[in-house]
Amino acid sequence: MTSYTFVFPLWSQVLLVALLAVPAAGAVLVALLPDRPGRITAAVVAAVTFALTIPLGFARTSDFGWFAYTTSIDGPPVVPWTGLRVSWVPALEVDFHLGVDGLSYPLIVLTGLLTLLCCLYTVRTVPPGGSGRSLAALLLVLEVGILGTFLALDLVLFFVFFEVVLLPMYAVIAGWGGPDRRRAARKFVLYTLFGSVLLLLGVFTVVVAAETADLMALAGGLGLSRTTQYVAFALFAVAFAVKAPLWPLHTWLPDAHTEAPTVGSVILAGVLLKMGTYGLIRVGVGVAPEGAAWAAPVLGVLAVAAIIIGSLVCLRQTELKRLIAYSSVGHMGFVLLGIATLTVTGVQAALLGNIAHGVITGLLFFLAGAIKDRAHTGDLAGLGGLRESAPRLAGLLGFAALASLGLPGLAGFWGEAFAVVAAVERGGPLWTTLAVIAAVGGALTAAYFLRLLRRVTHGPAVADLPHPGVTRVEWAAWSPLILLALLIGLFPALVLAGATDPVTALTEALR
Amino acid sequence: MIQSVNHVALLPLYAAAGTAILVLVMELATGRRGAVLGSAMAGGLVTAVCAFGVSGRTASTFCTGAACSWVLSPSAGVVAALFAGLTVGVLALSAPALRVGTAPAGEFCFLLACAMTGGVVIGYAGDLITLIVGLETLTLPLYVLVGLRRFAPRDRVTTEGTSAAVTFFLVSVISTAIALLGAALLYASTGALHLSLLSTDRGLFGELTSVGAALLVIGLAFKVAAVPLHAWAPATYDGAPLPVAAYLSTASKLGGVVALALVVPRLDTGPLVAVLAVLTMTVGNLVALRQTRMVRLLAWSSIAQAGYILAPLAAGAAGVGAALAYAGFFVVLEFIAFGTLVALRPPGADGGDLASYRGTARRSPWPAAAFVLALAGLAGLPPGLAGLFAKVTVVDSLIGSGWGWLAGVVAVNAVIALAYYVRAAAVLYSGPVGVPVADLRPPRLPVPRPVATVLVAAVAVALLLGFAPQALFSALA
Repeated sequence: MTSYTFVFPLWSQVLLVALLAVPAAGAVLVALLPDRPGRITAAVVAAVTFALTIPLGFARTSDFGWFAYTTSIDGPPVVPWTGLRVSWVPALEVDFHLGVDGLSYPLIVLTGLLTLLCCLYTVRTVPPGGSGRSLAALLLVLEVGILGTFLALDLVLFFVFFEVVLLPMYAVIAGWGGPDRRRAARKFVLYTLFGSVLLLLGVFTVVVAAETADLMALAGGLGLSRTTQYVAFALFAVAFAVKAPLWPLHTWLPDAHTEAPTVGSVILAGVLLKMGTYGLIRVGVGVAPEGAAWAAPVLGVLAVAAIIIGSLVCLRQTELKRLIAYSSVGHMGFVLLGIATLTVTGVQAALLGNIAHGVITGLLFFLAGAIKDRAHTGDLAGLGGLRESAPRLAGLLGFAALASLGLPGLAGFWGEAFAVVAAVERGGPLWTTLAVIAAVGGALTAAYFLRLLRRVTHGPAVADLPHPGVTRVEWAAWSPLILLALLIGLFPALVLAGATDPVTALTEALR
Repeated sequence: MIQSVNHVALLPLYAAAGTAILVLVMELATGRRGAVLGSAMAGGLVTAVCAFGVSGRTASTFCTGAACSWVLSPSAGVVAALFAGLTVGVLALSAPALRVGTAPAGEFCFLLACAMTGGVVIGYAGDLITLIVGLETLTLPLYVLVGLRRFAPRDRVTTEGTSAAVTFFLVSVISTAIALLGAALLYASTGALHLSLLSTDRGLFGELTSVGAALLVIGLAFKVAAVPLHAWAPATYDGAPLPVAAYLSTASKLGGVVALALVVPRLDTGPLVAVLAVLTMTVGNLVALRQTRMVRLLAWSSIAQAGYILAPLAAGAAGVGAALAYAGFFVVLEFIAFGTLVALRPPGADGGDLASYRGTARRSPWPAAAFVLALAGLAGLPPGLAGLFAKVTVVDSLIGSGWGWLAGVVAVNAVIALAYYVRAAAVLYSGPVGVPVADLRPPRLPVPRPVATVLVAAVAVALLLGFAPQALFSALA
């Protein structure tokens, strides 16, 4: 079944390994250095890693035929831009198999960028709790896990990297978080471990049945019986629904976000949640397409429920970070709705929504953290009149909120609009109804963000902020996100450039 | 009748028994603690080398016809080497306590070397008698070791060690009796004592065979502290000196596991083992949630771990590899966990309350990091990659052999277990109530050199197994 071989340029293979090795070695180095040099080193390492993510995009060679959807047994349906495959644990059929294609590339770049911004932010601002270099080292370990998850083309390897992020994220929340951090961290780690053990069961249900863990060979559900696909997809769907998170498995998210330090929230919302949606596309739909088709209506209904419930809860929130956290539930609902339609438009909308949410919510959490640090409260009632006391912060918050509510021309628009479009395209009474409800949810999103702006930026100034301006490090950390929110809004093709063909291949497998 | 004895095959046994005799002689000849401890550790290393040296061969000796009582196999070599390694490790861990004089060095080392001899025999055993004799030789010295404690004149004399030893002794004797009864019934009904002659075929006296098989498995399950035969373990571990508790939870448990792995695939006891596995992991994890003493928490966790090891054995022969691999990963991680406790506590102290570990990460950052590595591994999470692969192996084996529901139980239990592993690890990194750990400036506690050396070696092995688990799989195959 896995009798194909591809030859990829050596430099791109070295790059794949370096993407994991550099932050891993960096984390060890940072942990051994004294505090301040350690944090600076972490920023440098993150910068190098980010720089390494860029040239991966050039590994794509058009003359190679980097996509070929075939039904033949000897060729995999999706061929990555570049790949590396080394046997690791033959006893468990695990290969160290990495690769990049249009599905994972934008997420890899986003991960590199957000980690860099967080490490930069940590150079100046260390939340109270542990030492700054430990936090920076943990951020780099998180990066290894997240990049590994996006790079893995082996099902078991994917699972291993999926697990890597668990304890470091726990440590970030429990070590540097707010007053109720222990409970929040414990809830996070138990919920997500519950998700990953289901993933483990799903992975081995597939591996035992298919006798291979190669995601390239498995794409399209090659040779798996219908029952196996149903069982596997059910396990995968719940596993990724915990991570994404999908209502009603989301309850860990608001607590984790409220208590996590700023950089923790940014990584968590920006890229960690994307492991769930990416996994659902790559592993769930990819490996068990028949199962996906079978469960799509349930997934769609839950996604729309998440949109509506997330928005309604947001309308009642009085805490800034909690509100943004619940808004994530709604946004990820749109992403999951896109996936659930199982159409090319829908999955592309999901990919766009993923990236847009990562950029915008990352920015929102940076801003919320900055406001909370200055005002020493996240309570909306205690934050009024930000426009007068801190005009720049208020302006940025307004921009981010508008981007998040899906204003056309900014990044948030495309993913949500086309998720709805995809649901309409899918047709039939169920999907049309879901599209309508999701659209109503979109309107509710606008309502709660406008409410947020009215409460926070307008109205009488409640308190004077000690440092109303935006510092240089903050500008450095935020401006790339602001630019990206604009750029993706104007040119969504940036994200989708390489994704059309793998997406087609995945959804074609259903026909 | 004259039998030819393959002495090369017996080399590991000679080395192990020789170590015990050497220690006895050294004690009599020199009476110096260093010489005794050094010779015991050197003997242990030689035993490990011998075990590795003959592990490539396939030979057997003490044969009657086709059935043999001493069978070389790759997995037996690994098991013998593990026993020797664990013995050397525990000797190093107890060096500080021996220096303080809480136990007489000569007796301590001799008894531990005897236990190692028993452990070496188990892996190579080819018949039930050899197996049970090996198991008893492993356990017998431990009764004494658990209670062996001298008190300095100003120390408060406690009887916890003695009562732990008595509990352990009584339960163990009963379990041996049950196992022997089972073996006798099997012999009576099938006429077979050699493992290679045992079969799932129930023979002429079907009921008797089943009862014999069940009793044998139950008797052996005592040794791995499987629920409902586990009650002795927490009390015994907590009452024993820390290094001995380390030996009990690693080597002694490994002995039981290997014995079960030899017996179970040849008997028809799948459902019984499955029930034991489910009970063991679930009860172990649930009770561990409520523990406030460190050693008791680890004891209950090691009960739960025994459940994970038993689970693949429910599938019979198909699961033996996975069970042994899990046991291999587990003993290394468990040894690190207990070893770091030795490093974190003053010499000769007991495990103490969880609360007494607050802020120790500040005082001893490296042992604390090793402790986190060990607990993460026991929970099956990176950075304890060895533990992750252990869990993966068990789930793979269970799903592969059609025991999917049991894999589900293992998975759910892994989630429950994380709750207390996280609690135990996090306490090291939290300050005394209300004080963040970063503000603590306690004096650093020096780790005695033998303890530090053996911990570094164990961590290196754990990391190596984490990144190259194939090494263990290849060695066992």
